Amino acid sequence: MIRTPLRPLARILKARDRGENPQAIERENLRLRHENMRDQARLRAESRLFVLGVFFLGAFLAVGGRMGVLANSDPLEPRSSVIGADILSTRADIVDRRGRILAKNLDTHSLYAQPHTMIDPEGAAQKLAQIFPDLDADALLEDFTGKRKFLWIKKKLSPEQKQAVHDIGEPGLLFGPREMRLYPNGAIAAHVLGGASFGREGVSSAEVIGVAGVEKHFDDYLRDPANGHKPLQLSLDLTVQAAAEEVLHGGMKIMNAKGASSVLMDIHTGEIISVVSLPDFDPNNRPRPLTAADKDKDQSDSPLFNRAIQGVYELGSTFKIFTAAQAVDLRLVNPSTVIETKGPMKVGGRTIGEFQNKNYGPLSVEDIIVKSSNRGTGRLALQIGVKRQKEFLDSLGFFQPTPIEMVEASGGRPLLPARWTDLSAVTISYGHGLSSSPMHLAAGYASLLNGGTRVEPTLLKQDGPQNGPRIVSPQTSQAAVKMLRKVVTDGTASFGEVPGYQVGGKTGTADKPKPRGGYYEDKVIATFATVFPASDPKYVLIVTLDEPEIIGLGKKRRTAGWTAVPVTSQMISRIAPLMGLRPVVEPATLTGVTLTSQ
Amino acid sequence: MRTLLYITTGLAVMGLAFWAYQENYRTQEALKEVRKLQREIAAERNRLEILRAEWAYLNRPDRLRDLAEVNFDLLGLLPMEPTQFGQVDQVSFPPANSLPPVTGAVDTMATTGDAQ
Repeated sequence: MIRTPLRPLARILKARDRGENPQAIERENLRLRHENMRDQARLRAESRLFVLGVFFLGAFLAVGGRMGVLANSDPLEPRSSVIGADILSTRADIVDRRGRILAKNLDTHSLYAQPHTMIDPEGAAQKLAQIFPDLDADALLEDFTGKRKFLWIKKKLSPEQKQAVHDIGEPGLLFGPREMRLYPNGAIAAHVLGGASFGREGVSSAEVIGVAGVEKHFDDYLRDPANGHKPLQLSLDLTVQAAAEEVLHGGMKIMNAKGASSVLMDIHTGEIISVVSLPDFDPNNRPRPLTAADKDKDQSDSPLFNRAIQGVYELGSTFKIFTAAQAVDLRLVNPSTVIETKGPMKVGGRTIGEFQNKNYGPLSVEDIIVKSSNRGTGRLALQIGVKRQKEFLDSLGFFQPTPIEMVEASGGRPLLPARWTDLSAVTISYGHGLSSSPMHLAAGYASLLNGGTRVEPTLLKQDGPQNGPRIVSPQTSQAAVKMLRKVVTDGTASFGEVPGYQVGGKTGTADKPKPRGGYYEDKVIATFATVFPASDPKYVLIVTLDEPEIIGLGKKRRTAGWTAVPVTSQMISRIAPLMGLRPVVEPATLTGVTLTSQ
Repeated sequence: MRTLLYITTGLAVMGLAFWAYQENYRTQEALKEVRKLQREIAAERNRLEILRAEWAYLNRPDRLRDLAEVNFDLLGLLPMEPTQFGQVDQVSFPPANSLPPVTGAVDTMATTGDAQ
């Protein structure tokens, strides 16, 4: 580039000749040069900005375009990297405490029809009716020849049925993939598992949703794909549950009861090892719940009704141990304090009577439990007082529905007296006037007998004891176990002895309330609440029979001692070995050591 | 000199292209293999689930109980009872001559890992 000189000699000489200032020429030239430089610099800066702008635009377009592609594309399974079985889209399994399957997902097919594509609707309808006896050929034909373009025929098919339908060769019959919930053990633990059904349904898939029991309570957990490979482990033991159901079913039949329930609970961890309610049902084919049309039927007679959790009953004399234990814990009495149980005893205008109007006379607290004296526990309850009794029963969980992990648990809300008078305190001391479920009773017994700390029932497998807040002292807990043991060795539950397992327990026979007030004369709920082994309590077992009645020694017998107790002892002798409890010789009571010299 | 440079560059480009295409085909092959394997894994997993379900179904307590009853002559199985617990010291030693004498003993060294 040739620079223009600032002071071109020719112009300067000319300017000098004209008498002008030559400096003006130099300034003029300098100005032009600066303007030129400025224009060039601007041009360069502008082009740089343009390049930068193009670069940014490209970057933003790339990011935006990628986002758009990601948002609109179908998700793809990553194929080039290693993936495990961590994420499964199936509903998680349910297993028992030893990992045996209680509920499982299975792939199957559903069958649907598109009548407008059918070639031989008549033949298809007839062949389908042959394969599925529950379908009606005429009704099918009507559907196939009508205006409908789509209809479901079967929601679940077995592989054999699928092959048979396939062999018809009708192009209008189509299969859709389905997942179904299988309960391989049939009716075992039916009430706990509940059941499952289909939620939203499409041709290519359908959601499986829990409808009752743990299936519904843990629906979110079970459906979460991240938990697909992590089964839900329950505290139930399949073999124990099966044995308990078998024994209870036999006992219910022998005792002519219309229903029965049992709860077996680990008193330290709160785990429910087995919970049975009879009659039961098959969760693979859950029966229809009672609806408004069946309003003359009793809800509690439906097999869907869970007696152990939803059934609130007055559980009778099984409550006496709570009264006695509280009185001992408050140091009002000790197990050998003698209480007068002679009648008549009137509280709040009502006479408190004994079973079959017996009269036991003065009894020690221990013997009140052993002989099951209403007036004895009533007197103890009056000593304890309404307020403290309420607090104690509340601390044992009798005022709330049980926290067990089933949707039905909230239905088992205990029925409490509206006004807790002295009379209520007395009747509740022997188990009348307060209705609760067998599960409540199991939790109450467990809390009282495990050394005196609160334990809440749970259906999930636990790692260790619960160590809840203290309710009674360890000494009281021990004394209560001793009293219960004596009921079996010397008292009303003599049929309950199982050699080697030192069963302790309390019987309870409560008259059933009529729906419109008052009590039935000849219908009872017989309960036996047990704890074993007494020398080192581990398990609480509650057995309840609904309206039992047998002939024993030539008389009609309804009391728990004749009905629930033999069933319970049979059950313990069956299930204790299954839980690995070795029968042991009961430690003898030590006689006091007398020192000859001191 | 320049010609040589051009020829080498051209050859290099062709070589690299050949290599790149080959790698591409191998990757696609591997991906296809992976896809096949994953389908197989899914099918096997499905089969495993079905077998597990079948195992649970065949081992359901009701069926086992019925089978034990039907085959009582053969098996003589009864529900477990408390009296069936035994102590180790109740098991008698085998008669002295029931075991063959130890012959040809070999010295060995055991580590703790072998005991498991």
